[in-house]
Amino acid sequence: MLEIKDLHVTVANRAILKGLNLQVNPGEVHAIMGPNGAGKSTLGYTLAGREGYEAASGSVQFNGQDLLALEPQARAAEGVFLAFQYPVEIPGVNNTYFLRAALNAQRKYRGEPEIDAREFLSLVRQKLNVLHIKDDLLQRAVNEGFSGGEKKRNEIFQMAMLEPKLAILDETDSGLDIDALKRVAEGVNLLRTPERAFIVITHYQRLLDYIVPDFVHVLADGKIVQSGDKDLALKLEDEGYAWIKQRKMVEA
Amino acid sequence: MNQALNEAVVESTGMAVVDDALRRSYAHGFSTDIETELFAKGLSEATVRAISAKKNEPEWLCEWRLAAYRHWLTMTPPDWAKLRLEPIDFQAISYYAAPKRNQPKSLDEVDPKLLETFEKLGVPLHERARLAGVAVDVVFDSVSVGTTFKKELAEAGVVFCAISEAVRTHPEIIKQYLGTVVSTADNYFAALNSAVFSDGSFVFIPKGVRCPMELSTYFRINARDTGQFERTLIICEDDAYVSYLEGCTAPMRDENQLHAAVVELVTLARAEIKYSTVQNWYPGDENGKGGIYNFVTKRGECRGERSKISWTQVETGSAITWKYPSCVLIGAHSSGEFYSVALTHHYQQADTGTKMIHIGAHTKSKIISKGISAGRGQNTYRGLVKIEKSAIGARNFTQCDSLLIGKQCGAHTFPYIEVKQPNAVLEHEATTSKISDDQLFYCLSRGISEEDAVSLIVDGFCKQVFKELPMEFAVEARKLLEVSLEGAVG
Repeated sequence: MLEIKDLHVTVANRAILKGLNLQVNPGEVHAIMGPNGAGKSTLGYTLAGREGYEAASGSVQFNGQDLLALEPQARAAEGVFLAFQYPVEIPGVNNTYFLRAALNAQRKYRGEPEIDAREFLSLVRQKLNVLHIKDDLLQRAVNEGFSGGEKKRNEIFQMAMLEPKLAILDETDSGLDIDALKRVAEGVNLLRTPERAFIVITHYQRLLDYIVPDFVHVLADGKIVQSGDKDLALKLEDEGYAWIKQRKMVEA
Repeated sequence: MNQALNEAVVESTGMAVVDDALRRSYAHGFSTDIETELFAKGLSEATVRAISAKKNEPEWLCEWRLAAYRHWLTMTPPDWAKLRLEPIDFQAISYYAAPKRNQPKSLDEVDPKLLETFEKLGVPLHERARLAGVAVDVVFDSVSVGTTFKKELAEAGVVFCAISEAVRTHPEIIKQYLGTVVSTADNYFAALNSAVFSDGSFVFIPKGVRCPMELSTYFRINARDTGQFERTLIICEDDAYVSYLEGCTAPMRDENQLHAAVVELVTLARAEIKYSTVQNWYPGDENGKGGIYNFVTKRGECRGERSKISWTQVETGSAITWKYPSCVLIGAHSSGEFYSVALTHHYQQADTGTKMIHIGAHTKSKIISKGISAGRGQNTYRGLVKIEKSAIGARNFTQCDSLLIGKQCGAHTFPYIEVKQPNAVLEHEATTSKISDDQLFYCLSRGISEEDAVSLIVDGFCKQVFKELPMEFAVEARKLLEVSLEGAVG
């Protein structure tokens, strides 16, 4: 589904990703771990198409398409979803209205008919039920005055509504206490399907207790230096990232 | 204490926008080819007399105009606004333009070409008006060409007609109120308007009557080299209520055209006037060529206790906007409100705001101003809150927010506060923000296009004002902002 080959990304004249390779198949959950400044968030932004995060070289294929050639809104419509580390507030814009605009924009891109208000609301109710989210979230402006936990849950709710093929969760656990973390992880697990793939970017292993990955990759200094199964995350938890750095020094 | 609290000049920075903004599409830029009676250019006592004669006005009104004209000659144009414009040549303007097939007795006699024009503008004078349930008066250049729903309104006791007609049919009311809120000597443009005003709407709601429908006037400048100088007078007697809307458009022309209107509102005891404007005069092209100079004096007096005047304006058009709809709160417990969205794009300039003058005890006022600047637009909020010694227990709340789109626009805020009553309570909040890269990317990453994202964010920014507009107007205002912002980011 997603194939990243030798990806180099420069941000503000600084090389951040330096030859990253990653293959993700439908239904798989990949965790990307690594120390601060390794390029984890850059990977998320690059895949979602943020301005200023352009690939210098390398390629990204998504379901047979050149992902990097698409506008960010087209990537969204093709099924790429980024759950933000810091979800953005849009004052005065109703959450429901925003979501409907997003869903209809994506449907329009895909040549599907727009969804009318009634249909949309019943879809909203259904998703809220599944995720056990209170519907007062819907009446408020996008992320405005939301607590950290509410913002992250709102991201998961958006994901549920937009039904992406590939969801990238950028440090979804940051700033959450353990209860909020569990609730967010529970939401993610409910959205796991045999078709939908996840890239879970995180600094800490604890999120992976709740969202159990199929693969764990360690990102350091712009490339993936180690891959393994969920036990690799436990090792990182025990030993920290220092051993990776040491090993790299030995290799060099 | 007379103190300009702050002058915040903010140049926006940091947003990646390209400057080659798309040509803004102005949907109302066509002109109607219609036979027009046009006065020769120039202004003199003879011009003033000729306008008065054209309108078959009584002697007192002609003298009133002449007094205003003579006073105007002694005045100089105001230069305190934050506006850059060429001096206006008042002798290069024609002060009267009227379609030749004029004076229809009923709507059925209105020139079909005119009906077609207003149809095209989305202002239906016939059947559709019936469905919309809004009574409309339309002013084409210097004359009112028709008013709908006259019979129904008359049954309710409401008078809604062209002001030139009211001078003949209700002379005593006109004499009693005209120029009592905005005097002929009030300011340069009000004096000019008093001398040469051609038409406009008159609304009178008698004691205890709630006007059964929304009233609306649609102003259209069509003829070349003319100015439009309309005058509107709305009176609500005790316990009366009216909601009034005005809209305006003009053809696209390379030269600037002058619009200098005066609006006077009066509310007596417990009466309420809700006055909404969607101003969409031609703004000029993307290089700042052409466009309407909009110099308008709007003021309401809450003369009766517990009366209320509420101004809501959405200002998207005009090359220059100079406009401060104000409330003079005389009656005890009376209240004034001002809700404004002002947008400047390309080379548009707006210096707009309000004045809330608190005279009566326990008077209240509220100001919500939203300024949006894009392109090289310059947007200034200028507002006065004045609390007289007599205004015991007066309260004011002011919120004024600016939104910047792009790097070359400006937002400026000049709040003036004068307080002579120490127990008054005043609050002032102000923010300046720009559409951030974060907000834009967040929308894009959800599949929303850049243009729709900007509309969405701007719409959210204006929400507090839009919800004050009558439904149909709110929809129109939203669309207008969308069109006006076309090409603001690219």
